[in-house]
Amino acid sequence: MDSIVPQLLTGLAGASSLFLVASGLTIIFGVTRIVNFSHGSLMMLGAYIGWSIITRLPREPEWFVLGILLTVLATALIGVVLEVAVLRRVYRAPELFQLLATFGVVLVLQDVTLWIWGAVELPLPRPRWLRGFVEIMGNRFPAYDLFLILVGPVVLGLLWLLMNRTRWGTLVRAATLDREMVAALGVNQRTLFTSVFALGAGLAGLGGALSLPNASANLNIDLSVITDAFVVVVVGGLGSLTGAFLASLLIGVIQAFGIVLVPKITLVLIFLVMAVVLVFRPNGLLGRPQAEAREATVAAPVVRAAPRELRLLGALALLVAAVAPFVVGDYYLTVLTDACVAVIFATSLHFMMGPGGMASFGHAAWFGIGAYAAGLLMQWLGAPMPVGLLAAPLAAGIVAALFGWFVVRLSGVYLSMLTLAFAQIVWAVSFQWVEVTGGDNGLLGLWPPDWARSPRVFYWIALALAVAVALLLRRALYAPYGYALRAARDSATRARAIGLDVARLRMVALVIAGAACGLSGALFSYGKGGIFPTYISIPHSVEALLMVLLGGLQTVAGPIIGALVYTGLADILVRSTDLWRLVLGAVIVLLVTAFPEGIAGAARRLWLRGREA
Amino acid sequence: MSVLVVQGLSKSFGGVRAVGDVSFAVAPGEMLALIGPNGAGKSTLFNMVGGQLVPDAGSVLLGGVPITGLGPRAIARHGVGRTFQITATFGSMTVRENVQMALLSHKGEVWSFWRPVAGRHAAEADALLAGVGLAAQAERATGVLAYGDLKRLELAIALGNEPRLLLMDEPTAGMAPAERVALMQLTRRLATERGVAVLFTEHDMDVVFDVSDRILVLNRGTLIAEGDGASIRANPAVREIYLGTGATSGGH
Amino acid sequence: MLRVEGLNTYYGRAHILQDMGLEIGAGEVRVLLGRNGAGKSTTMKSVIGLVRPTSGHILFGGHEIAGEEPHRIARRGLGYVPEDRRVFADLTVMENLEVGRQPARDGVRPWTPERLFELFPNLGRMRDRPGGRMSGGEQQMLAIARTLMGNPRLILLDEPSEGLAPVIVEGMANAILALKGEGLTILLAEQNLHFAGGVADSATVVEKGRVVWSGSMAELRADEAARTQYLAV
Repeated sequence: MDSIVPQLLTGLAGASSLFLVASGLTIIFGVTRIVNFSHGSLMMLGAYIGWSIITRLPREPEWFVLGILLTVLATALIGVVLEVAVLRRVYRAPELFQLLATFGVVLVLQDVTLWIWGAVELPLPRPRWLRGFVEIMGNRFPAYDLFLILVGPVVLGLLWLLMNRTRWGTLVRAATLDREMVAALGVNQRTLFTSVFALGAGLAGLGGALSLPNASANLNIDLSVITDAFVVVVVGGLGSLTGAFLASLLIGVIQAFGIVLVPKITLVLIFLVMAVVLVFRPNGLLGRPQAEAREATVAAPVVRAAPRELRLLGALALLVAAVAPFVVGDYYLTVLTDACVAVIFATSLHFMMGPGGMASFGHAAWFGIGAYAAGLLMQWLGAPMPVGLLAAPLAAGIVAALFGWFVVRLSGVYLSMLTLAFAQIVWAVSFQWVEVTGGDNGLLGLWPPDWARSPRVFYWIALALAVAVALLLRRALYAPYGYALRAARDSATRARAIGLDVARLRMVALVIAGAACGLSGALFSYGKGGIFPTYISIPHSVEALLMVLLGGLQTVAGPIIGALVYTGLADILVRSTDLWRLVLGAVIVLLVTAFPEGIAGAARRLWLRGREA
Repeated sequence: MSVLVVQGLSKSFGGVRAVGDVSFAVAPGEMLALIGPNGAGKSTLFNMVGGQLVPDAGSVLLGGVPITGLGPRAIARHGVGRTFQITATFGSMTVRENVQMALLSHKGEVWSFWRPVAGRHAAEADALLAGVGLAAQAERATGVLAYGDLKRLELAIALGNEPRLLLMDEPTAGMAPAERVALMQLTRRLATERGVAVLFTEHDMDVVFDVSDRILVLNRGTLIAEGDGASIRANPAVREIYLGTGATSGGH
Repeated sequence: MLRVEGLNTYYGRAHILQDMGLEIGAGEVRVLLGRNGAGKSTTMKSVIGLVRPTSGHILFGGHEIAGEEPHRIARRGLGYVPEDRRVFADLTVMENLEVGRQPARDGVRPWTPERLFELFPNLGRMRDRPGGRMSGGEQQMLAIARTLMGNPRLILLDEPSEGLAPVIVEGMANAILALKGEGLTILLAEQNLHFAGGVADSATVVEKGRVVWSGSMAELRADEAARTQYLAV
């Protein structure tokens, strides 16, 4: 009993901070239909800017409040710049490209923040009034936390009034439902969108600044907050403010108690809550089914086998790849081996994402599961590489089947976010369960057997596996199963009406993709001699997406080209600049705005244009 | 022997009754039109037969077998074909592949991962396409078809399942007047040839009176009239709530 | 009031409008006839700016509006009621009207919710009902009322009779005649010739994105050959 009340209050205070960030995310999503990955970065900027402002002001409470307000204004302004410079250009691009663009912004802001404020954490010196306590039921409770508890409901109330009692709010809600129609009725949606984005960014900034007294400004805020905010928004129901509030309470309280009761599996606990909610309410607590997109949908191009010229080109490339070890040195052989791993990584994601229509934001999870399966088998049983390479896809496939049970019921953004959350869990397990996974130190000593240890032989093995996986996946896509999978994606209604089992088709796609990806994880680990939690990080998952989207979703060749281009690009970048995040982020944003159909898609279009003209 | 027998079907949403105690039957080869004001419960009734909604009460029998409350997929497997108000086809496939997909599903050959689709059941698919007049367009992408052709493709896909009952929700919505009658006459011919029962909703009275064997009129969730064209046209209640004076619908 | 000249519009590579042209005088009700996919909706979307024409002129009240953004075009006094109504499902009737509200315009008697409820009495009885819980006919009325809140001089009405019960279509025809009585200029797209005949003064028939016939409604009635050739009736 002693610890329940303070723990509950801590949870409620945490819930308020969560709500501030999640509310901005959900409002922005509601109107722009963009899941703003960079929302956590805005909160991080709020913390840093807040720190810079508040530490320069006198230490009295009224100056603190002024500092907070100035921070909110500053982040809102940054939001405006972001909206005008980046988002405005991608409103018409496909959903995933938008997500990718905002991830590019995350990378850029990370390096910008590092460059301005440095790598050291910045704690806010706390004056006496900020350290005050209030006695509640015999427990001393920080007064500041009580203040935070109040902020949540107050902000919710203000937002509700803004949305339901003002013309601006009515227009925003109308634009949430049908932006084109709002424009046709004479409303300037550009200003509307910009103002919505400013509001959301301001809320994130508020969350960041208010978190300062209890935490510090640091560079990890962006990705940790965005994961929590995604969970809250998904549990609450996309676009629902009240839902986000309820979900913040739920998650905040569970987090507070989880840290005390089951410190190691807090993340797993949150994931379970999310899973339970989504099983019973596939659109979140207060969410409603996503209406069909109102934009004029461009008919998907018909998938046809590649032209003969392209096949010849592919065969030629394969020949070059096979003789490459006789030409290039060891360093480039490692890069080429990485490229083979990337090909499997990307084609497996393409399989579920392109024909399957399930965009995964946590594809690295399967990569990691495969890697750890091989690593643990080696550690426990001394299993050699061939066994490891066999066990990896098996393990990843089995986990994919378990996870798939409820994930295939979801669609669109919900599915993407759930896969992201799942990957974060796998990451947390690999990071926190030190006894088994070695934690941050990873599992070491995972080498190929002697006969395969030369870079040349190992490269050939990787190449053979990559080609085999790509061909097998392609084969399945042109077989009845692949057609049925595509049918379920094109029109689930029609697919059911001709008797197809949509859920099972998608489930099998997930298992196949997971298994193939698991193989790439194990292969990679044998090449590097170790396994680390970073294999499962968000950036790694995004790499897979980048490869697929660079190459384009429409063709089987797409992910292969994307994997090769990306591996080459990343190699050049990492070797040539310290600000590789900034450059990579900028490149992503530029690519998304320039080639919304991917490299292969653009090439195909140019090719066709040449043919038919 | 009726293909479809509906008995005492009811459905409420949040305490508001959308469909109450509706019963009717359709015979093989029969064209049964379901008409009524917007919001009368036609879609609700349709979706209960098609499996998109679970009825609160009543039963649906297909060829004597109860299919009440089954999902759309199970109902499709029992031999119910559907076309939708907003056409639903597979946009990333050619016209022929769309029909091949339906045939593969019907024959239970979906779970095959090796042999390519390309030639499978192509002849049968072409025969179905010829039946709806799309033979010349078999190689084209579905996305570039004219609207009327898309509707006919839907019909061919639905027939690929060898249905005993065809459910058509506003099959001619968005079509030009002449195309409407042509599509439904084609449906009528195919239904007679194959002995398929057809239940359809429609707002175009030219179509309704031209092709239907029998007409059901639904108002506020209950059946208020049933009969052939002449008797429905003469029914004063139907004129008042639905047909009007006929000034804007062709003087019926 | 509205003049469209040599308009060309593409969707991707499909050439939808090919040298489309038409003209409407103030107070006129003109109907665009033609089968589905002929280019009626695309003409309307091009005029309101939702689709960007590749070439051609759209003159509204003497101003070139081709290529302008939709909200600017709408603010010039051009109203658009789309084919599928597109009422805001979560917003109440009153809120839907609020979204359409624009400042008063010279020469247009300002529309208020009360005046609109006289025109569509049904709507007045369901002010707080969300648009998504209305029947098709009621949604169509709301869509028109919402556009009128912008006090337009001209409205584009895309297939207002589609999917509606005959008795509702009659009511719609009466409402359109009442708007005509107010002096509103109306461009109507229709496939229902019975309905169009009752409300329109003149007709333009389009086929494959081109104008193939144009003239008064009386001329169309007299021109049996054109009716059979283009409209198949």
